[in-house]
Amino acid sequence: MGTWAFDEILGTDGASRPELANLVDWLADTPPDELRRRQEAAESTFRQLGITFAVYGDNDASERIIPFDIVPRVFLADEWARLSEGLIQRVEAINAFLDDIYGAQEILKAGVLPEDLIFLNPQFRPEVVGIRPPHGIWAHICGIDLVRTGPDQFFVLEDNARTPSGVSYMLENREAMVRLCPELFGQLRVAAVDSYPDRLLETMRSVAPRGCGQNPTCVVLTPGHYNSAYYEHSFLADSMGIELVEAADLVVDNDAVYMRTIAGRVKVDVIYRRVDDDFLDPLVFRPDSMLGVPGLIAAYAAGNVAIINAPGNGIADDKAIYSYMPEIVRFYSGKEAKLPNVETWRCREPEALRYTLDNLDQLVVKLVDGSGGYGMLVGPTASNGEIEKFRQVLEAEPHRYIAQPTLALSTVPTLVESGVAPRHVDFRPFVLSGAKGVQVVPGGLTRVALREGSLVVNSSQGGGTKDSFVLLDEGMKQTQTMGPDGMTQEQSL
Amino acid sequence: MRLSIDHRTVYAFTAPQGRIVQLLRMTPSDTHDQTVADWQIAVDCDSRMTQHRDGFGNATTMLYCEGAIERIELIVSGEVVTSSSDGVLRGVTECLPPRFFLRTTPATAANQAIMSFASEVSSGRDLAALRRLNTAVRERFADDCGRPEAGRTAAEAFVLDALTPRDMAHVFIAAARAAGAPARYVTGYCDLTGDHRPTPHGWAEAHIDDLGWVAFDPWLGRSPEEHHVRVAIALDAGGASPVAGSRLGDGVERLEVDVTVQGDD
Repeated sequence: MGTWAFDEILGTDGASRPELANLVDWLADTPPDELRRRQEAAESTFRQLGITFAVYGDNDASERIIPFDIVPRVFLADEWARLSEGLIQRVEAINAFLDDIYGAQEILKAGVLPEDLIFLNPQFRPEVVGIRPPHGIWAHICGIDLVRTGPDQFFVLEDNARTPSGVSYMLENREAMVRLCPELFGQLRVAAVDSYPDRLLETMRSVAPRGCGQNPTCVVLTPGHYNSAYYEHSFLADSMGIELVEAADLVVDNDAVYMRTIAGRVKVDVIYRRVDDDFLDPLVFRPDSMLGVPGLIAAYAAGNVAIINAPGNGIADDKAIYSYMPEIVRFYSGKEAKLPNVETWRCREPEALRYTLDNLDQLVVKLVDGSGGYGMLVGPTASNGEIEKFRQVLEAEPHRYIAQPTLALSTVPTLVESGVAPRHVDFRPFVLSGAKGVQVVPGGLTRVALREGSLVVNSSQGGGTKDSFVLLDEGMKQTQTMGPDGMTQEQSL
Repeated sequence: MRLSIDHRTVYAFTAPQGRIVQLLRMTPSDTHDQTVADWQIAVDCDSRMTQHRDGFGNATTMLYCEGAIERIELIVSGEVVTSSSDGVLRGVTECLPPRFFLRTTPATAANQAIMSFASEVSSGRDLAALRRLNTAVRERFADDCGRPEAGRTAAEAFVLDALTPRDMAHVFIAAARAAGAPARYVTGYCDLTGDHRPTPHGWAEAHIDDLGWVAFDPWLGRSPEEHHVRVAIALDAGGASPVAGSRLGDGVERLEVDVTVQGDD
């Protein structure tokens, strides 16, 4: 596997892409030992910073860092422009879908989706039916997982519209690259990503409830330091200069949310929550939740607080809904989806199930409501025993699964034991939706499957990360300045 | 018929509480056959209350109290004028389509025993079949007049000899959904269940093609007529419970509920 995959730097036939000659030269001129030295320096910084994650199901449950790869992946300016258009279209459709499905439900009246797919889906939350979030925006932060099979062949693998994580890696990886490989930034005109926290804060402020003045109070709500993404929660709060709170720091009184501070109660207007819906408010969702804020949904329904992302979003990124995304985009935008889906068989449909069972060794089969690479089968790399075991699981509960072909995921040169070799990658760009529109940050999280031939990039399954460079157009100006806080980049037309 | 309701709920705590936040589903709405003439929720301590409507269309009240609270008493009282419609629901604003109520919950999941029972007593999901089901639930179990055990599922209840109204409604809902009829739980009041009841009354509603939502009260073995006041609906009793509360403080709580409903033609 992998020999026929598109390499994003070296091209398909080993003739490197002319636009990336600088990078190819850099790779050729920098000895692997030097690359390794820099990579180890970066990883040691990450370890010191505590950018770690816990692996579920791991007995020692020790915290690990996600391996970092020093060789960046690169998007050309025009590739990025086309990709961004597709992402914006998709996220606009996701927001329109959520606003509709918890409101007028026009898409169901039009017969575009089967009603049972929504109403019998646990991700459809009756608790938020009839509630309209400020400005009608539901998915303020989307992490759309993409795979690539050619220069302009991108496919959406998953829409993450709940609490997508990984943006701290985008920022930390870039900081490490600027520090350890400054020469690359001299040779390539790379768009800066360090404005992300400012853009996120601006997005949060833009959806603050009306009447809370010029300076709304925004907070990040974390489940606490046992959560695997706690580093990111504290990192984001820190970089935005806003408070990181846990449920116990918040109280709801008279349908308004307050934060306890040493100076007394402060009204909270916008909550970027990194807590799942189930644990937001024990009076409305799971009553046994210790992580929730009693009364939060009442404050939200009364329009006194914005919750980012909105509760109930799981219905938009559910894998069973995913297969209808092309129809959803067409319904709300009136146009064909610019970013296609990966072909998907819904195992709830008898014919699709038969096809899937007949081709298990060729397909990737996933749980409709799973994430993190758990409960899935990657047919081409699975043993016969694994396939047979999975067959029984699938036959018992077919409605819980979808199947997709194994795509020839693009590769990017990656530092491995034997030197630099191609490894498969995917990509998660971050799309922000605020009152002033939808924007894509020029960068994202590239995950790389470090094992040769492997297509599973999940960090819980041995994946690593890379920096993702977006090259600027010829007409763009960018300045780099070295200040007390390190190097910053700015660009303008 | 004019029904007078007196529903008292007391929470007593072994240690003072700093804060109490409660979501109350304790206010009936007007329907074609139910007119709320007078309704009040009173609390015996300093508190703030706000009115909402949830995703099921239930009228809800948020109650916020600040400590130190050792005891809190909620007094719900009111008068509702009812008329009979043979259980057929009229004039109710529905927020969710009938098919939503085919969803199952842990409390209303049908196991093999309930499914066999359902198919033995009736097949189909028309009015006659659901009436047979309602009667069969009534006949199978004796009355348990105590407080329903929190968290008891339909499957757990099904093996017992005597059931509370809530358990009977859960069994009915599980069986109705298994037969393909959308079904839901209703909390409310009924003047035929006796004075000083330890909880409000509970029954079920099932959706029948061409007829709409129809109420079934397995405890009475028939459809509610003018003796019932409908307050809140949900997928199961937990979702429709009169009080969902949280408190900030140590100790344990003791709950006392006293419901009296008097009918006057």
